[in-house]
Amino acid sequence: MSPSVDVKTLTIDGQEVSARAGQTILEVAREHNIDIPTLCHLDGLSDVGACRLCVVEIKGNNKLFPACVTTVFEGMEVTTVTERLQKHRKTILELLFAERNHICSVCVSNGHCELQTLGQQQGVTHVSLPYRNPALPVDASHERFTLDHNRCILCTRCVRVCAEIEGAHIWDVMGRGIDSMIISDLNQPWGESACTRCGKCVQVCPTGALFDKSKVGSDHPKYPDFLPYLNLMREAQ
Amino acid sequence: MTIEELDQIAEATRAEYAKYDHEINVCMGTGCLSQHSDQLKDALAKAVTAQGKNTFVRRTGCMGLCAAGPLVLVDPEETLYQQCKAGHADAIVSSLGGEPVAELQCDLREHFEQQVHVVLENSGHIDPEKIDDYIARDGYRALVNVLTEMTPNEVIQQITESGLRGRGGGGYPTGLKWGTVAKAGGDLKYVICNGDEGDPGAFMDRSVLESDPQRVVEGMAIAAYAVGASKGYVYVRAEYPLAVSRLANCLRDARRRGLLGNNICNTPFNFDVEIRLGAGAFVCGEETALIASIEGKRGQPKPRPPYPAVSGLWGKPTLINNVETFANIAPIIRKGGKWFASMGSERSKGTKVFALTGKITNTGLVEVPMGMKLRDIIEGIGGGVPDGHTFKAVQTGGPSGGCLPAELLDIGVSYDALVKVGAMMGSGGMIVMDDTSCMVNVARFFIEFCMTESCGKCIPCRAGTAQMHGILTRICAGHGTMADLDVLVDLCATVKETSLCGLGMTAPNPVLSTLKYFENEYIDHIVHKRCPAGVCNIQAPATASPLEVLA
Repeated sequence: MSPSVDVKTLTIDGQEVSARAGQTILEVAREHNIDIPTLCHLDGLSDVGACRLCVVEIKGNNKLFPACVTTVFEGMEVTTVTERLQKHRKTILELLFAERNHICSVCVSNGHCELQTLGQQQGVTHVSLPYRNPALPVDASHERFTLDHNRCILCTRCVRVCAEIEGAHIWDVMGRGIDSMIISDLNQPWGESACTRCGKCVQVCPTGALFDKSKVGSDHPKYPDFLPYLNLMREAQ
Repeated sequence: MTIEELDQIAEATRAEYAKYDHEINVCMGTGCLSQHSDQLKDALAKAVTAQGKNTFVRRTGCMGLCAAGPLVLVDPEETLYQQCKAGHADAIVSSLGGEPVAELQCDLREHFEQQVHVVLENSGHIDPEKIDDYIARDGYRALVNVLTEMTPNEVIQQITESGLRGRGGGGYPTGLKWGTVAKAGGDLKYVICNGDEGDPGAFMDRSVLESDPQRVVEGMAIAAYAVGASKGYVYVRAEYPLAVSRLANCLRDARRRGLLGNNICNTPFNFDVEIRLGAGAFVCGEETALIASIEGKRGQPKPRPPYPAVSGLWGKPTLINNVETFANIAPIIRKGGKWFASMGSERSKGTKVFALTGKITNTGLVEVPMGMKLRDIIEGIGGGVPDGHTFKAVQTGGPSGGCLPAELLDIGVSYDALVKVGAMMGSGGMIVMDDTSCMVNVARFFIEFCMTESCGKCIPCRAGTAQMHGILTRICAGHGTMADLDVLVDLCATVKETSLCGLGMTAPNPVLSTLKYFENEYIDHIVHKRCPAGVCNIQAPATASPLEVLA
């Protein structure tokens, strides 16, 4: 580490850690094997602070802070697990499960879904909120992939990976609030869009909303780990 | 432009008007225009010519008492006429110099006498489309004075001393915000005026832009000088066509007079303003979403920090203030920060414009010193609840605010006092409700508003408001359970504490405040299956058998 690096010392869950100025709480926590649940965050993509699962408490402030976009400061005391935080995280996950049609048993991502895993980790044994059961379409117009809006949680990872990494920006969001939908191009079928067929969006999708047509059943693990590597190699060039 | 030149324009304009024996001011704000005050003005002008009177007929902005429109004010007698139609023009003109027309006269002294006009000082007195009218009432003196006599730091010090806080709702100290932007580095900075007034029942910003747009532009120019910005944007809703056209006209005039553009007042200061139209998204009133919208992106908020003061429009330091905040700047500079700080309460200084709507006699715009009791505003200035009904609640702060019951009418309006009781100052909407309003239904209405206006980015606001809306709809239909109330409270906590921006953080306020002050109405709906106000359509339960009644 060069001498010019500005080092901050802070505690996360009572553990004293040091970090570089400008690092986020989430980065520092993960470097020290402290787990903070996230859904919209993905290493290699920009952060939007949208899923609110990574909220943490900072001593001296009654507000909650999203760990993915909050940078560290000297003497910061972060708590990542409290009763209040866990209750909010569970509620947020329940809101997601009730929002669209997440039926794990018939989902291609059953067993390797980030939403499902988080639900198990956070102890969501049942959903107490009424299911909204919206009628949502499935876009299977693409020759290789399918977009199932029923499983979409609007994390916008696909939007970001397409715009930031692939540079095609065929994905975006339309509509407002509960009616928001992921669209390709200007709401054209995916198969008719300017998609480059790179498949990055499928790999980064945390649920079964985007999946590969060539796989059957729930044999559909995703490998988003290529992103940090890709970024590293691009920077090296 | 120098102070002397301004004086000359002012003198010439005043001399021009002094030629007339009388001036007839006709309100041509949106409210009165909808009652054809434009035809009234034409009829008055025709009558003046026909009767050969030496009288000037002027188009003005809002006079405040929208309930009694169209309004006509005759100067110098200061006779106010209400509900004038084109047919009354002859009678009004022939009464000039004699006895006023009794049946049209509006005698509401208590309504006007308790008000203190700072922001609205010119509203109803000047033609909003004539820059000289504004200059004749000390307009642009503050700007010229600031540019020629004061340093940016002195300006910020005056604003800090005034204790002015952001009038958009949050109440952040204006001087502090200006100081932060002034300290931010970089040679390119922006000033944005937030005119995206989206609260149901709020029309303060619209009226200010329609009645006195120059005052807002002058405030922006002073702010730009203080923080070192050279470019300004006014973000106005496209739903306000009259405000937009008057603003565009005002910008053109200001450029012609050399009050906008390059080397203003022969100083190195350059500043110009552009108008940006909002496409009708409530969330674009949130500053980061507003900036995204100006940049041409989807109007979605971003996590803060970085605050716009550091990295705002196109990544440059940006000052964002509300229309009403900018409208307060010129008088503060003219009369000094101490003068402004002498009005209002301990921590909320100056005056505040409120839009009184709902079940209230004198619907319209009022401006009162901070700290005035809600009761004085509603019962005194507002004239109370009409038609023999009784007051039930007042909703302040729009969908982010709360419903306050009659017991709390004796609190003074200030940022902190309202937050303490679970409401919010907001931008200044005040909706009065009487015994015909169902509070559960009111909560449902506001949650529905937040649900449809949520941008959909963060989960708690997007899905949480939808779930809350579902529960409230069920309760209104008579299908609610007491367990629903617990779920509702839990959802409120999650949405309030974890949402990304102010929309979500404050969306539960109407639900929480009605639950706190009107819980009995919820219980009536759930347990007794009846709506006390008779608003909700609850199907009568099937007649219970005697055995069930006993059980």
